[in-house]
Amino acid sequence: MPAMNCDELMTRIQALEFTAVDLNLYLDTHPCDARAVADYNQVAAALAQTVAAYERVCGPLANFGQSQSCGRWAWVEQPWPWETQG
Amino acid sequence: MWVYEKKLEYPVKVSGPNPKLAKTVITQYGGPDGELGASLRYLTQRYSMPTSQVKGVLTDIGTEELAHMEIVAAIVYNLLKGAPLEQIKAAGMEGYYADHDRALFFVNGDGVPWVAAYIQSKGDPIADLHEDMAAEEKARSTYEHLINLSDDPGVTDVLRFLREREVVHFQRFGETLNIVQEHLSSRKFW
Ligand SMILES: [Fe+2]
Repeated sequence: MPAMNCDELMTRIQALEFTAVDLNLYLDTHPCDARAVADYNQVAAALAQTVAAYERVCGPLANFGQSQSCGRWAWVEQPWPWETQG
Repeated sequence: MWVYEKKLEYPVKVSGPNPKLAKTVITQYGGPDGELGASLRYLTQRYSMPTSQVKGVLTDIGTEELAHMEIVAAIVYNLLKGAPLEQIKAAGMEGYYADHDRALFFVNGDGVPWVAAYIQSKGDPIADLHEDMAAEEKARSTYEHLINLSDDPGVTDVLRFLREREVVHFQRFGETLNIVQEHLSSRKFW
C-alpha cells in the first residue's frame, strides 16, 4: 500500500472510527455476539495503527495524554476540525 | 472524563456562505430536537439507570451526540463564515447577527434560545427510554425537513448521515427498553 497523505489518513481514521462507534452501540445491546466482538477488535487494531501513522506525520489527534508531541507542543498547530475549508 | 479528538465524526464540506440555510440548520444545534438537547438528555439520565448495560448505552449514544453537535456547528460556522451583511439581512438573520455576529449560539431557526425544559430526567428508566426513543424520531423528522430545505448538496450529504444515526439510535434505545423491561419484571416476580 502506498504511503497515504494526511487527508487520506484522516478519511481512513473517520471510516474506521465510525465503524467502531456503530459496532460499539450494537454491542451495548448485543454483548454476546462473538462475531461482532471479533469485528470490533479488528477495527480497533486497524484504527490504532492508522492513528499512529497519522500522528507520526500530521500531528497529535487527541489531548490529555492520548497523543505525544515531538519536540515542541504540537497540539494547537494543526487547524481545528471545523476549519478544514479555505 | 472525556478526551477530545481533533476530527469530525463525518467530514463537512459546504459550497459557500449561505445564511438562509444556516438559519434553518442551527435548530439542530440549539433547537428543541437538536444535538445539544440530545447529548445532555442522555448524559444526565445515565446516572440513575438501573443496570450497567443501560448506563453504557446512554453514555455511548450521549457521547456520539456531542460529536453530532460539533458536526452541526461546523456546518453553521462555514455557512456563516464570510457571509455578506446583505445576505444575512435577506435571510432574516439580522437579529441573530446583532446578538452573535457570525458566532455559534444555541437557538432554533427563529432565534429562540435553548432551555433545559426541552429535556427530562425522571429517574424512571421506562419513562426516560420512551422519551429517548421519541427524541430520536423527532430529530430524524427534523433532519428530513432540513434535507427538504437544503440547496447545498454538501450540506444535504451530512444531514443524511445525521438522519441515519437517529434511526440507529432509535433502534438501540428500543432494544434497551426491552432489556430494562425484562430486568424489572424478573426482579418483580422472583
Ligand atoms: Fe441521536
